[in-house]
Amino acid sequence: MRSAGTIAVAALLVAAGIAVSRLAATEIPPAERRSGYTFMAPDTKAIQDDDTANPGMLWTLDGEALWKRKAGAADKACADCHHDARASMKGVAARYPAYDRVLGRPVNLEQRINLCRARHQEATPFAFESRDLLALTAFVAEQSRGAAIAPDTAPELQPFAAKGRDFFMRRQGQLNLGCTSCHDDNWDKHLAGSAVTQALPTGYPIYRLEWQSLGSLQRRLRNCITGMRAQNYDYGAPELVELELYLMSRARGMQIETPAVRP
Amino acid sequence: MASALINVPGKARRGDVIEIKTLMSHIMETGYRHTAAGQVVPRDIITSFTCRYNGVEIFRADLFPAIAANPFLTFFTVARESGKFDFEWIGDNGFSETASAMISVE
Repeated sequence: MRSAGTIAVAALLVAAGIAVSRLAATEIPPAERRSGYTFMAPDTKAIQDDDTANPGMLWTLDGEALWKRKAGAADKACADCHHDARASMKGVAARYPAYDRVLGRPVNLEQRINLCRARHQEATPFAFESRDLLALTAFVAEQSRGAAIAPDTAPELQPFAAKGRDFFMRRQGQLNLGCTSCHDDNWDKHLAGSAVTQALPTGYPIYRLEWQSLGSLQRRLRNCITGMRAQNYDYGAPELVELELYLMSRARGMQIETPAVRP
Repeated sequence: MASALINVPGKARRGDVIEIKTLMSHIMETGYRHTAAGQVVPRDIITSFTCRYNGVEIFRADLFPAIAANPFLTFFTVARESGKFDFEWIGDNGFSETASAMISVE
């Protein structure tokens, strides 16, 4: 059964024209970068373009309510310190993951929100992929809509970004694929009818039609790692944050679309 | 934290055909799925949607398990008079949500 599955996937890769044996690692030139949005059908684009049709907006509305709700032993709301998110959170998502001095490592936006809950609200962190965490993350990231992605330039981040790049380039798993095999070398082709895109995370958290829900970048990464039949990582694992860090550096200068819609 | 997104033009001329768009937050669990332990996940869907224009029903839909999460319904009507659109969603487990929108017709 398993070998039949492997053959089927290999056949798909061949049908898609993806050269499994090629070992190239050419990053996409800046001028050729395209948001995942540009690969979508007009109907799907229309969902993202209309804020009253985009289901992701349901989460940002919830996030706005959570922003103002007091929580934890400190009985403080996000708004008590950060005030109006429209001003204070503008551009924040565009520079995450960012370096946390206390932890000495990069944290993504979800982790930053949970750190804020633990340190300042004295509340229990939200579970990864819970509706509340996705809602707050989407609300915060929405404030950066249209802002250019500008990764944190802290020199301490360099080794982590390098590890993320290594993860992206390294072949792994039963199919012996690296992220780069599809997203750098074959992004202009299709895999089983779906466009292979360029791995530029411009709109997370995204409303993915396949999920029928909002989901984080880490959920998407875990999907891809499962598809490669490689060893997966838990939500919040340093390896996934490092990969996020590298992916955001690939998307430097591109516009944030949160909450984006993807098929 | 159920919530709805409603798109109704705020203004219209009498006799105009206007488009109404509604999006309701709901998981639309089909009742056909099983957990890893083999137990059926109970059905939890919206079963009915109605829209009233100044109290008169102008649109109704019955919803079924094959409809995706967060149902997005759009339909058209003729702008006849200023007033209010009332929307109502009813579903399993006592789900009941309402929303409204105003229109001014010249």
